Amino acid sequence: MNQAFFALLKSMGDSLRDLLPIILVIAFFQLFVLQQPIPDFIDILLGTFFVVLGLTFFIYGLNMSLFPIGDSMAHAFARKGSVGWLLLFAFALGFGTTVAEPALIAVSKEAATVAATAGFIEQSTDARHSYATSLRYTVAVSVGLAIVIGVLRILRGWSIHYMIMGGYLLVVAMTAVAPEEIIGIAYDSGGVTTSTITVPLVTALGVGLASSIEGRSPLVDGFGLIAFASLTPIIFVMGFGMLV
Amino acid sequence: MELLSEITHSLYLTVYDVLPIVLIIFFFQLLVIRRRIANLQRVLVGFVYVVIGLSLFLLGLEKALFPLGRIMAEQLTSPAFILSSEQALRSLHWQDYYWVYLFAFAIGFSTTVAEPALIAVAIKANQVSAGTISVQGLRTAVALGVALGISLGSYRIITGLPLHYFIISGYLIVVLQTFFAPRMIVPLAYDSGGVTTSTVTVPLVTALGLGLAESVPGRNALIDGFGLIAFASLFPMITVMAYAQLAAFRARH
Repeated sequence: MNQAFFALLKSMGDSLRDLLPIILVIAFFQLFVLQQPIPDFIDILLGTFFVVLGLTFFIYGLNMSLFPIGDSMAHAFARKGSVGWLLLFAFALGFGTTVAEPALIAVSKEAATVAATAGFIEQSTDARHSYATSLRYTVAVSVGLAIVIGVLRILRGWSIHYMIMGGYLLVVAMTAVAPEEIIGIAYDSGGVTTSTITVPLVTALGVGLASSIEGRSPLVDGFGLIAFASLTPIIFVMGFGMLV
Repeated sequence: MELLSEITHSLYLTVYDVLPIVLIIFFFQLLVIRRRIANLQRVLVGFVYVVIGLSLFLLGLEKALFPLGRIMAEQLTSPAFILSSEQALRSLHWQDYYWVYLFAFAIGFSTTVAEPALIAVAIKANQVSAGTISVQGLRTAVALGVALGISLGSYRIITGLPLHYFIISGYLIVVLQTFFAPRMIVPLAYDSGGVTTSTVTVPLVTALGLGLAESVPGRNALIDGFGLIAFASLFPMITVMAYAQLAAFRARH
């Protein structure tokens, strides 16, 4: 019991150290640059305490749940040898975790506003809503496909270099022809799709797959799934902007 | 008990977020893999910890850091603040925004260090590489990348230069580095571009971008306000590969 308590205390110390930079930056700019007192001091203290506690629990639970489950599922799929189910799982994971992502919902709403202002769609709530929804599904499908491609790459041992570079080339080529208003949103959409819970799970899946297949290195082949998941949305959103 | 209802609300949002993942896992586990999950109890307890942890984390951010960070982003970018430190009424140049660049750098670095998804990837990379890749080293390299990216992104919004020039040049650097960097770091470097921008960084960075685009004369918030996230996910790839190149270079000499 005592030992567990000290372990918890130690990881809380770690979390506090992780957050210290933000606290220092905000305090410095608030007090010395903007020269204003910090409002609601008690609230901020309480919030910081929550953040530290939350981060501690999250990291602690990560090692108990998301990491082992991703790992064990990867091993189970590898042993079972059914590529079809594995790819379906990969797609479901990418699509399912992205479609409800709050950051993505926010970005697609913004995109609909941009599109309406630029005159691509009608200036009505309905048109904006349907634009935002189809954009959201486009991104979710693209993330699902990204995880499928990434998993296939681990299975086959393809080199990630040329795949990512090919993706970049496509992005560059599409930038030249896509409407200007959509470009910023498209580039940003790559960053917003990967949530805090998806990342550990997908990483554990990739590393687990690579370590259970002979001849694959967990480091060289296991990572890279997130990279695909942040590249395909850029391509799909630009494609969406060009078609709609 | 306002606090209690806030905690419940945050918990509800996180559960909503986690639910699809849990459903997918259980569906495949029960119908396809058809094997009992090892240490099921421990895994379930771990899930509860993850959900509680993430809810408290988000609630705390929303209570403490985000409001302040957003207000600061607005104040630092407002012409009144920038002019008060300069002689008034002359047209603003990009150099006059030096506090903005410093803030962008500092906030980019510090929020990335606290990003839970990045901590998770760094822990995994450390395990897999048998300790060669240090957790702190990787996080620092990524945070430096985000810091540089956001500062440069702010510069772009202020000057109004086209976004794609920067992003395409960034891609070129990434491609060149890919040929020279140690092979084992490349996939991890590509990944670190995507993980940097989640719960902590995105809200603050978006506020900074929109604040800048609204206050700098001649900018359109809709067109110029976006793109900071893209910078934040591009530059970590460069710094992580540079970090490995530096380590390899030092090992040789």
